[in-house]
Amino acid sequence: MKCRVCGQEASIGLRAYNTALCADDFIFFLEKRVSTTIRKYHLIETGDTPIVAVSGGKDSLSVWYLLNRLGYPADGIYVDLGIGDYSRTSLTKITQMAEKLCRKVYVLHVRDIFDKGIDEVARTIRRVPCSACGMIKRYVMNKICIDKGYNVLVTGHNLDDEAAALLGNLLYWKDEYLWKKSPSLESKDGHLSKKVKPLFLCSEREMAAYAVLSGIDYIYEECPFSVDAKSLEYKSILNKLEESSPGTKLQFIKGYLKNMKTARKDNENRDMAYCTTCGYPCYGDKCNMCRLLERFHIEKAIAFDEYDGSTLDSNRVMVT
Amino acid sequence: MCYEKAVKVELEGKMYNVEKPMQVSRLLQQFSLSRETHLVIVNNRLVTEDYRLQKDDQIKLIRVVSGG
Repeated sequence: MKCRVCGQEASIGLRAYNTALCADDFIFFLEKRVSTTIRKYHLIETGDTPIVAVSGGKDSLSVWYLLNRLGYPADGIYVDLGIGDYSRTSLTKITQMAEKLCRKVYVLHVRDIFDKGIDEVARTIRRVPCSACGMIKRYVMNKICIDKGYNVLVTGHNLDDEAAALLGNLLYWKDEYLWKKSPSLESKDGHLSKKVKPLFLCSEREMAAYAVLSGIDYIYEECPFSVDAKSLEYKSILNKLEESSPGTKLQFIKGYLKNMKTARKDNENRDMAYCTTCGYPCYGDKCNMCRLLERFHIEKAIAFDEYDGSTLDSNRVMVT
Repeated sequence: MCYEKAVKVELEGKMYNVEKPMQVSRLLQQFSLSRETHLVIVNNRLVTEDYRLQKDDQIKLIRVVSGG
């Protein structure tokens, strides 16, 4: 296969676009796509202070790297779930990237708060680990924005993540979530930061290729608790469709975006309140995180470790 | 399978020997993998499905799907 742009040997075939590109032209293509998404959906604007939610995986490390490359300086936030070697390796990859970008990364260790890893926390409150993890991450990542003055939280959700979530919401007609998938979720009254997804239109395969071709050292291993995740089943179904009909996932999401504006208006009537303890948006008097802290009799404030990328030494033991 | 006629393939930390010569698309079929879910790295270079594997090629199959 030859690169459609320069005629050199191609590195990747992109059947959804009926094309093939060499390494350099693919990197250019993907960065342009992300840059266009940011501008078209007003994800990050002049004067914004973005922070990237990083996990050590290909998507979050790539979006962090990409933003800084595209001229959007951004720091990082990592929630260490306390999952043995998996969490330790993830943190190493993240601090290496912080060093490469000369950016700051904040780290919150779940074990510092609960004296337990995420699996034990989940077991205590009778939730599956993914549910407890999602709840804690959403809260903590919002908190870092509010506490440290970042006004945009960037996540590495890609086209496949969004398509799988949309399929799940459609299959079970989850009205409350169905029209909330968007490249940008606006902030709310100083309580909830703006959340954006610059990789919304980039497939998982494209992001892995971008990471490999850009020399981004990410963690290949999967979170051990995601093995039976429903999202993996939906992704598998969507990839089978993509295999026989290239471009299906992209059309699915683009069609959604087209219909979202009108459908969303009908779904904005649910009353939202703010947690009486911490001010986080919730649907009762107290948010789930404050209930969780109460359950564990924890009164201390949530504190972040802070590492400065410009002075990082990845072999050094880190201190607060 | 004759060892001299095999190329080594790394997949999820394990090494496999496969018959050569063959195209990358055939290799993916042999492992029952989809081109949507795996990238193929040959000698540290990302290659397309029509690449023909050579005897001394170092091959790595990378899964791109993550969940949770």
